[in-house]
Amino acid sequence: MNEIARREILPVGGVDTVSTAWWGMACLIATEAILFVYLIFSYVYLGSQQAGPWPPSGPPSLKLAIPNTVILIASSFLLGWGVLPFKRRHDKRRLVLALAGTIGLGAIFITIQGFEWASKPFVFSTNAYTSAFFILTGVHMAHVAVGVLILIMLLIWTLMGRFDGPHHEHLPLGALYWHFVDVVWLAVFTTAYLVPQFK
Amino acid sequence: MVTQAETIDSPEGRKLLSLWETAPGLYGWLASVDHKSIGIRYLCTAFFFLIIGGIEALVMRVQLAQPDLKVLSPDAYNQLFSMHGTTMMFLYALPMLSGFSNYLWPLMLGSRDMAFPRLNALSYWVFLLAGIFLYVSFPIGQAPNGGWFAYVPNTSLPYDPGINMDVYALGLIFLGVSTVVGSANFIVTLLRCRAPGMSVNRLPIIVWGTFTASAANLLAVPAVSLACAMLWLDRRYGTHFFEVSGGGQPLLWQHLFWIFGHPWVYALVLPAMGIVSDALPVFCRRPLVGYTLVAISTVATMILGFGVWVHHMFATGLPVMSLSFFSAASFVIAVPSAIGVFCWIATIWTGKLQFKTPFLFFAGFVMLFVIGGVSGFMTASVALDWQLTDSYFIVAHLHYVLLGINVFPVVGGIYYWFPKMSGKMLDERLGRWTFWTMFIGFNVAFFPMHVTGLMGMPRRVYTYPAEMGVGWLNLISSIGAFVFAIGVLLFLINIAKGLKSGAPAGNNPWDAPTLEWATTSPPPVYNFATIPQVASRYPLWEDRLKESDERSIIGDLARDGMVLDKGKETIGVTPLDAEPNVVLKMPGDSILPFLLALGMTALFFGLLAHVIWLTALGVVCEIVILALWLTPKPHVAEEEVEVYE
Amino acid sequence: MRRLAALCLLVAPLAGCSGPPLGYLDATSPVAGAIARLGWGLTVISVGVCLIVGLLLIIAIYRRRPDGDLSVTPVNDRTPIRWIGVGVAISTVFLLGSAVWTLVTVHSIGEPPQAGALSIDVIGQEWWWGVKYHSSDPAREFTTANQLVIPVNVPVQINLTSRDVIHSFWVPKLGGKMDMIPSRTNVTWLEADKIGEYRGQCSEFCGLQHANMAFNVKVLSQADFKAWWDHQLQPATGSPDDPRLRTFMVRCAACHTIRGTQAGGILGPDLSHFGSRDSLAADLMPNTPENLRNWINNTQTIKPGAKMPELHMLASETSDVTSYLEGLK
Repeated sequence: MNEIARREILPVGGVDTVSTAWWGMACLIATEAILFVYLIFSYVYLGSQQAGPWPPSGPPSLKLAIPNTVILIASSFLLGWGVLPFKRRHDKRRLVLALAGTIGLGAIFITIQGFEWASKPFVFSTNAYTSAFFILTGVHMAHVAVGVLILIMLLIWTLMGRFDGPHHEHLPLGALYWHFVDVVWLAVFTTAYLVPQFK
Repeated sequence: MVTQAETIDSPEGRKLLSLWETAPGLYGWLASVDHKSIGIRYLCTAFFFLIIGGIEALVMRVQLAQPDLKVLSPDAYNQLFSMHGTTMMFLYALPMLSGFSNYLWPLMLGSRDMAFPRLNALSYWVFLLAGIFLYVSFPIGQAPNGGWFAYVPNTSLPYDPGINMDVYALGLIFLGVSTVVGSANFIVTLLRCRAPGMSVNRLPIIVWGTFTASAANLLAVPAVSLACAMLWLDRRYGTHFFEVSGGGQPLLWQHLFWIFGHPWVYALVLPAMGIVSDALPVFCRRPLVGYTLVAISTVATMILGFGVWVHHMFATGLPVMSLSFFSAASFVIAVPSAIGVFCWIATIWTGKLQFKTPFLFFAGFVMLFVIGGVSGFMTASVALDWQLTDSYFIVAHLHYVLLGINVFPVVGGIYYWFPKMSGKMLDERLGRWTFWTMFIGFNVAFFPMHVTGLMGMPRRVYTYPAEMGVGWLNLISSIGAFVFAIGVLLFLINIAKGLKSGAPAGNNPWDAPTLEWATTSPPPVYNFATIPQVASRYPLWEDRLKESDERSIIGDLARDGMVLDKGKETIGVTPLDAEPNVVLKMPGDSILPFLLALGMTALFFGLLAHVIWLTALGVVCEIVILALWLTPKPHVAEEEVEVYE
Repeated sequence: MRRLAALCLLVAPLAGCSGPPLGYLDATSPVAGAIARLGWGLTVISVGVCLIVGLLLIIAIYRRRPDGDLSVTPVNDRTPIRWIGVGVAISTVFLLGSAVWTLVTVHSIGEPPQAGALSIDVIGQEWWWGVKYHSSDPAREFTTANQLVIPVNVPVQINLTSRDVIHSFWVPKLGGKMDMIPSRTNVTWLEADKIGEYRGQCSEFCGLQHANMAFNVKVLSQADFKAWWDHQLQPATGSPDDPRLRTFMVRCAACHTIRGTQAGGILGPDLSHFGSRDSLAADLMPNTPENLRNWINNTQTIKPGAKMPELHMLASETSDVTSYLEGLK
């Protein structure tokens, strides 16, 4: 008859890198990140093969883009303010505020970018530049929209009390996705808006 | 000693069964998240696509058997060769290997399931539905017709106005979801879901191969998905990614496609090489020679594989400097392959040989690998490639590497693992006939294509003039193709015969060393009654290899190893050293993966047919289903885990 | 045994007296010659590797072992690993050498030895070849189609582009391929060592009639070449009132050009001096009256999908056009 050699108390599910969900989110971020690398590559490649200036219609206006960037970066800080201390202090009010605020800022970002797009003197199908510009910023916009949906789900679950107990692993993972989307915006913004200013 | 079979009937075994078994009937079939059942579905579906792709090839070989035949119109031929390539490259090759890995990994790793069982089910359903999506176009004569590589502008709207290439573009994006999701699952499973003690240097090579391929796919598939999205947008929304009017660049398609395509072909062969590295040694009655070398070569090949894509574009007029770099890199990538070949030969050389059917396939594989490899070596030379590319020499090369390094190991692998999956043995004599028919047929079909190519026959041609002088070679190739097909038929007959009346296999008919052979054949749905504690690379040979004094604990009794029966659960470990650090709760049956895949189907059909509400419906369904899927569920924070020895 | 048979299969057709028309291991140009030498070298290495590895495999399988012993016993792999090291080292040497040879070859054939004395545009289109000869004197430039005539021993610069999809320009006996990509011009060069005729074929899948998009390259002596050029500049012979020309104008001139007449269509190949061409329909068949008549009457049966519609001309019209075109020497 076999003896019990040892007993271990192990966490169930785990948090951060102990969980499997964290690694799943890391894989998602890796594959989405490389998608943006390919988008930026395409934008740069198309530009490199043009005879004339790139963008052909001159650099895009920063009037709306810079404030929009600030809004998005601020939203990341707001989200971090609410999510990071949650593990220790379970401040639900702060969390709800942060989630709602970030959702609001994300919605504002999308709206402002929508206005910015509408005010462009060209459309998606005008030429290679416009195609590249809109797909680069558009795919990013889609990710912002997905991020907002994720945050809405997190907010609903918070309000339903799903995170009242000891488990709230979804929160940092959802926040990670949002921060990823913000970092990507910095790359997209630099490529499509800043670099043409200096050409 | 209590056997696994007796464990199954014990109270402990029955408890685990009730926790793990899938519901019966149609619901259970649609909602199953059992990796073994998903693995078998992958294998069967992928093999079905292999047969379809093979029939497409046979019809083409009839058309090409002699000059100037009129069996097929050029349009029919173009659809056939495009679907042949697309089917084999996307619907057979990777899914077949995914099937093996899905079935085997948890068993080989000493675990109870993959990291994300529902995601696993999703990857299968998406594969099936995307395959159907691609093929729905065939009966209406609108199948993709621009080649599996779909070069623009030939596949742009002015030159390809039907829905053929829309089916292709959207279908591949759809299928890409399955690949990426499956890859993430393999990566996380490898890193976290192994038995304690299964450190990285003890992993079977198929695990190394699939892990490497999965990491690569995660990084490569977005390139082709993006390219397909751009193609569809150019075609249907007037954008100018590739359209030259407006500044688009046809070569952008080629760059994006081959940045994906070259790593992809390594993803199609590295896991199969892993099959050989794990199974060949069993028939040599010894461990693989140079395990560490082979593992490192696998990873090195894949990393280098990201740096050679331009060798598919040597004739496009790119700057000579860039072509030279990629040519040099294409030579370098042969080095890790050479390491593998020498390791396999050394294993055979120093082994005691069992001439069973799997061994024949693996030995044949080594020879075909080398022939495919040297023809690849010749094309790596950019100057020579300026003659070889786009000729039948490349057709010879690609079939030697794809059939030689994927199909032959796969068939050998099926002969090897069929007993484990079904509990029955395949017929040895029929197996030998299968091998020789396939091997001879394959070489008779494809070896002459090296010569045909050197004689200047271009590829992707529906016919050729008699004056080209290649009629007799083409006839030989066509005959060989049919002989090969007979071999495949014999294989199918063997499977049918084996399922019906094969001899009982027992746990370990091959006396093999890895963990999957410690379970019954087929294994119980929960794989292991207790989680093994692994002490070496070859747990079932430890007493004989005497590499150290440590012994793995592989639960024969219900109380032998780590007990995890407080729910549907398995153990999670640290990535490198496999120290247990978390109990992972596994989901039960769930219909959500199937529904999510259906939602995706609606989404893509909506895009194909420009039916907005269908796409919108699909999107809404996805959001709702994902919300249900990801809903946080309460669970205990900690659990006490007992380890018996 | 199979490898030996394969080797014979490989060598036999290549050792044939005239070699296949598209074969390139027997080359007639400095470029193709350099590539062919490299090709033979890498082929010899490849065949050698296959034979050696095959031999090792056979020995590994059939070497003597104690009968029936299939037991698993402890292993010491120091020696096998050393041998693997030897094998990999030798392989690396050959790989490195081949890479260097390749790069040397690329360097030697990349540029013509002297700036191309002759510059020709070749424009790919579905499924034929537009050809334009350049000259320092604009009056001496002209257009033709589906045939390239070049002088022997003179490097010729070929400027490649496409009007529609990607095609690829390939004359195996004279050099490697180069793609023809719309909105780009790729430059390659040819130089033929011997007077003769060489076949070329499109080698990038370009749609329905990719299989039937070929051309021929005629290499003449330098004197004959000048004479040919001068002749090409001559306007079409014959009277402008020729009734056959009138039929041509009505039926064909919308798409085809003939220098010296009113026919100026550019959708199809330039038909100036058509009578002196060796083949028709992009080297699909020899240029004979019978073939031409057949081509005009049954275009879509012979080359399904070709951009030239079936005109359903009256027999008299077909006769007119055929005899007129064949008369344009």
